[in-house]
Amino acid sequence: MAIFIDNDTRLVVQGITGRDGSFHTGQMMEYGTQVVAGVTPGKGGQTFEGPSGKKVPIFNTMDEAVAQTGANTSVIYVPPAFAGDAILEASDSGVKLVVAITEGIPVQDMAKAHAFARDRGVRVLGPNCPGLISPGKCKVGILPAQIVAEGPIGLVSRSGTLTYEAVYQLTNVGLGQTTCVGIGGDPLIGTNFIDCLAAFEADPDTTAVVMIGEIGGTDEQEAADFVSKKMSKPVVGFIAGQTAPPGRRMGHAGAIISGSAGTAAEKIKAFEDNGIAVAKRPADIVGLIQNALA
Amino acid sequence: MNIHEYQAKERFRLAGIPVPPGEVATTPEEAEAIARKFGGMTVVKAQVHSGGRGKAGGVKLAKTPEEAREHASRILGMDIKGLKVEKVLVTTAEDIASEAYVGVLVDRKSQAATFMVSAEGGVDIEEVAHTNPDAIRKLTVDPRYGLLPHQALWLANALYDDPAVMKQAAKIIGQLYTAFVDSGASMAEINPLIVTDKGEVKAIDAKMSIDDNELFRRKDVADMRDTSDEPAAEIKAREAGLSFVKLDGDVGCCVNGAGLAMATMDLVKYYGGEPANFLDIGGSSNPDKVVSALEIITSDPSVKVILFNIFGGITRCDDVANGIVTATQRIDIKLPIVIRLTGTNEELGVQILEKAGFSAYTSMDEVVEKAVQLAKGA
Repeated sequence: MAIFIDNDTRLVVQGITGRDGSFHTGQMMEYGTQVVAGVTPGKGGQTFEGPSGKKVPIFNTMDEAVAQTGANTSVIYVPPAFAGDAILEASDSGVKLVVAITEGIPVQDMAKAHAFARDRGVRVLGPNCPGLISPGKCKVGILPAQIVAEGPIGLVSRSGTLTYEAVYQLTNVGLGQTTCVGIGGDPLIGTNFIDCLAAFEADPDTTAVVMIGEIGGTDEQEAADFVSKKMSKPVVGFIAGQTAPPGRRMGHAGAIISGSAGTAAEKIKAFEDNGIAVAKRPADIVGLIQNALA
Repeated sequence: MNIHEYQAKERFRLAGIPVPPGEVATTPEEAEAIARKFGGMTVVKAQVHSGGRGKAGGVKLAKTPEEAREHASRILGMDIKGLKVEKVLVTTAEDIASEAYVGVLVDRKSQAATFMVSAEGGVDIEEVAHTNPDAIRKLTVDPRYGLLPHQALWLANALYDDPAVMKQAAKIIGQLYTAFVDSGASMAEINPLIVTDKGEVKAIDAKMSIDDNELFRRKDVADMRDTSDEPAAEIKAREAGLSFVKLDGDVGCCVNGAGLAMATMDLVKYYGGEPANFLDIGGSSNPDKVVSALEIITSDPSVKVILFNIFGGITRCDDVANGIVTATQRIDIKLPIVIRLTGTNEELGVQILEKAGFSAYTSMDEVVEKAVQLAKGA
């Protein structure tokens, strides 16, 4: 099994005709994801041609796309100015999962979008995230497929390349993954660590979880509490940003120490206090997972 | 993006919030002229992107225009938390009967704008939240409806007993929310909100942070950017579309991805070195970006070694390697460069780099240890 996406995922790509959207649609189709529709307002009626010549119909609206193709998941590559509305439209269309890749969406737009999606019982992943991949089954987003493998480890992270780093090391020692989820680097994200941990706990094929956090906010601390109270499976953690100065945004909009809150030290302490083994360096993650599974 | 007090007050005035009259001076003579025009007592306030201006001596009361000039001459050029004061705000002094705190910020947990108000004004609100949380009233604004009038009144009710004063404050709280939304702010604060001897409610200080992601659609706000206290390298990085933060060490870091960039800095420290910067060059293999990154890193004289840490995902390692080789041929670099490439096609990438004469690694630990050694030996 896997979490959030699998062989039953029927994907609609919002922004399929853009540079990023078209490139990554090709990559997802190549991996085997069932891309059933694309949406670009004004380009309805055209078709997108995938790498093996497979054609995907393009619609003007999400409503049409879902009604005509039975899509249940959406991925968004729409530019920041329009991405907030794209999330609203997706949440209103009947899909159950909306994966927002776009970086740079105004935070006030996201406050509206998250409230709107919550009202409709729609799960939003991101924004400003690399998406997710269930190896051997389905990929939604921009994660590089070459570095993953099927196996028993669940992975959840706020970062992109740091996730790839950890996944690659796991794969290289033969530890494949059930699902790798990038939850995004923005301050307001839809799916958080706890949502992913709960899903991995419930997934019979996942035996251990890697959780990669960074400075800013208190999501990791709350996740640590969840791990000690609600999880039976071992969790290994890593926190990036021990050397980050306070008050400065470290690339991600959400990676900022505000006053004295959101430091790496307090997150590492929360992990350790709740029985989560913490890797001092990315290279230590594999060893800790092997210990946990031994 | 942080804006100055005088700029935040302009945003407040646009929303209708009562703010005492004030003008900006860049010389002591200008400060004197402004004080003379206003007449009476004035306050001379340093305009820097930092809190704690009062404690640093950057806010002074002046009885006469001459005194305003003297204060301005001392405050202009002053160093407040490493930032040089280039401007002062000269504003009329108010008779203060009481001070309160009113602030609104985007709260991560509730995923919405959240107000905090306290009858304890003129103090550090984080401190109050810590020592006396009961002194703060909080309200999360439902983004679907905005701040409702009765909610604004409920907040004002925590601050004042006098109904006339309470109503004025409720109106100001509503206006603050308007200014917050219309400016694309992530934080807006009135500290203190005062009641004068005559029972008028006014904002005598103003603080606002703008969400960088809003700037593309708010030109008037974007034009408020003041780069005078920003390091030149950070300005250049922003213009080049790179995410860069200058630090105090000597190992220049050039990494793709924010999380990996932070982890690289941490690893430099782990091996006994000090990172010179945070720099995320993004996911492309575009040599132009690498050139900009190298120019920015080498403009810092304390940098002794340049460390690349690149994960090739969708962008393959061989493409990235070619990008680095092209970039380094375009500019003359005297410093040692160590490069770590891993991910898709890493063997090919390393071959390309070695052929061009670089030390190339596939392990993050090895390359960081090497960079730290070179920085120490140089």
